[in-house]
Amino acid sequence: MQFGVFTVGDVTVDPTNGREPTEAERIKAMVTIALKAEEVGLDVFATGEHHNPPFVPSSPTTMLGWIAARTERLLLSTATTLITTNDPVKIAEDYAMLQHLADGRVDLMMGRGNTGPVYPWFGQDIRNGIPLAIENYDLLRRLWREDVVDWKGKFRTPLQSFTSTPRPLDGVPPFVWHGSIRSPEIAEQAAYYGDGFFANHIFWPAEHTRRMVGLYRQRFEHYGHGSADQAIVGLGGQVFMRRNSQDAVREFRPYFDNAPVYGHGPSLEEFTAQTPLTVGSPQQVIDRTLGFRDYVGDYQRQLFLVDHAGLPLKTVLEQLDLLGEEVVPVLRKEFESLRPAHVPLAPTHASLLAAAGGGGDSTVHAVDDVTGRAPEAAR
Amino acid sequence: MSVRTLAVVSAGLSQPSSTRLLADQLAAATRDELVRHGEQVELRPVELREHAHDIVNHLLTGFPSEPLRQVLDEVTGADGLIAVSPIFNASYNGLFKSFFDLVDADALGGRAVLLGATGGTARHSLALEHALRPMFTYLRAVVAPTAVFAAPEDWSGGAVDGALRARIDRAGRELADLVRRSAPSSGPADPFALTTSFDQLLHGRDA
Repeated sequence: MQFGVFTVGDVTVDPTNGREPTEAERIKAMVTIALKAEEVGLDVFATGEHHNPPFVPSSPTTMLGWIAARTERLLLSTATTLITTNDPVKIAEDYAMLQHLADGRVDLMMGRGNTGPVYPWFGQDIRNGIPLAIENYDLLRRLWREDVVDWKGKFRTPLQSFTSTPRPLDGVPPFVWHGSIRSPEIAEQAAYYGDGFFANHIFWPAEHTRRMVGLYRQRFEHYGHGSADQAIVGLGGQVFMRRNSQDAVREFRPYFDNAPVYGHGPSLEEFTAQTPLTVGSPQQVIDRTLGFRDYVGDYQRQLFLVDHAGLPLKTVLEQLDLLGEEVVPVLRKEFESLRPAHVPLAPTHASLLAAAGGGGDSTVHAVDDVTGRAPEAAR
Repeated sequence: MSVRTLAVVSAGLSQPSSTRLLADQLAAATRDELVRHGEQVELRPVELREHAHDIVNHLLTGFPSEPLRQVLDEVTGADGLIAVSPIFNASYNGLFKSFFDLVDADALGGRAVLLGATGGTARHSLALEHALRPMFTYLRAVVAPTAVFAAPEDWSGGAVDGALRARIDRAGRELADLVRRSAPSSGPADPFALTTSFDQLLHGRDA
């Protein structure tokens, strides 16, 4: 099982001292968190993508490329990549490039984005959210799998004899997860392609997650990718830890009470009861996290949100120490001992490469760079 | 014989509340009329005041607490709805609107609804017609023609004798009639149900 962190990349005032980080500080904090994740033995770092204040990560592959150059094992991912407002052609190119630079340590999570005004900034309309996610992703898959694409759809200009470069590393496209909180259509999309499904699982009741994952598993089996319990599931989770649980509650409360998403609403106690948020000791986080399996089954990836709501970097790094030293080693062992042999691990570049029977150079060589003749003609 | 369910939502803030009193009388009139036609009736009274914090929390977090979820399911899954609000500043009060803002836009489609309101002066009475009725029309509910307003003079008996009673009885008959003519509610909708296929999503058609 994979463990990691995902970050929204919000610039938020620290409610305990009124200090607001600059964009520069926040961006550097995000990559520091990523390096720390590898140092403490986590597997995955995933960044959000946003195009409006108070968020900084508008250019995920720039950030992930920087991290790739400074890490050895860490898997670089997104949470989420906006499949609605990004041109699928640019996603295909950017992430294939990142895949090469990171030696395959890349996957992506597709999401729609729920902020209406963002869509028209990129020439789109939020009312087309689901159709955009469906059409754009279908094109993205083809761009990674077919050297030359002729394509026509509703939302972007047609493509004729188009080759997205670079081709995916070893001819193996990055693994893709689809994230959604409560749109059954997205669970259906993930199931149709046999891709992974990721449930946000932080700001919402466990019941939402149980229903969405249940639907995805059932449809995964329906489409013939394996049995329902072999579907590839990832979950979010939000934790704040101190060795003494009372200290954790006391320290986190002002951040909770003023947090951008749920602040000034339910109490910390109500919210921890209603959602998977866990504020307490490392042991409490271990127990709660193991309990996720009771309602989603054996799953492949667990990402924690540890750096939002204005928490200072120093505190976040302490959270990563606790995760790496005390929580994840136990979770790794426990989850692995519970996992039946027929339930797969999350796909990686290596496992996808092996499944494809090995890879090779997938470069598409142009025949004539003056006339731009289709590479296909060279075969 | 089926049991007909009536959700009775009251947004009164004081206790005891004249809004609740009106809601109860409308519920009793409707129930009596249904029983007279041989129906069994289950009343589901909802005092929004008891859920005020949960309603605000739902507006902020996007999901209901478990007790509020049960209330929403009871209201959207009932055969008929009686909705009564005090009139504040010429409209329903904020609690009433906040609660119905949490109801899915399709959840009350075709549902039989009876409206009532209370206020400090009868000059507020048309708020029923310019505020409450348009909202339920937007939700595509079938609203009984008579909506009942109760002013202080109605309770004191100072107005035309028995006029409030007569309006309540007429409104109860109208709602009972609408409920009897409608198919029993199939219960609250499942927001997680898949209502399309991937082929429909991708190609705009079924395979």
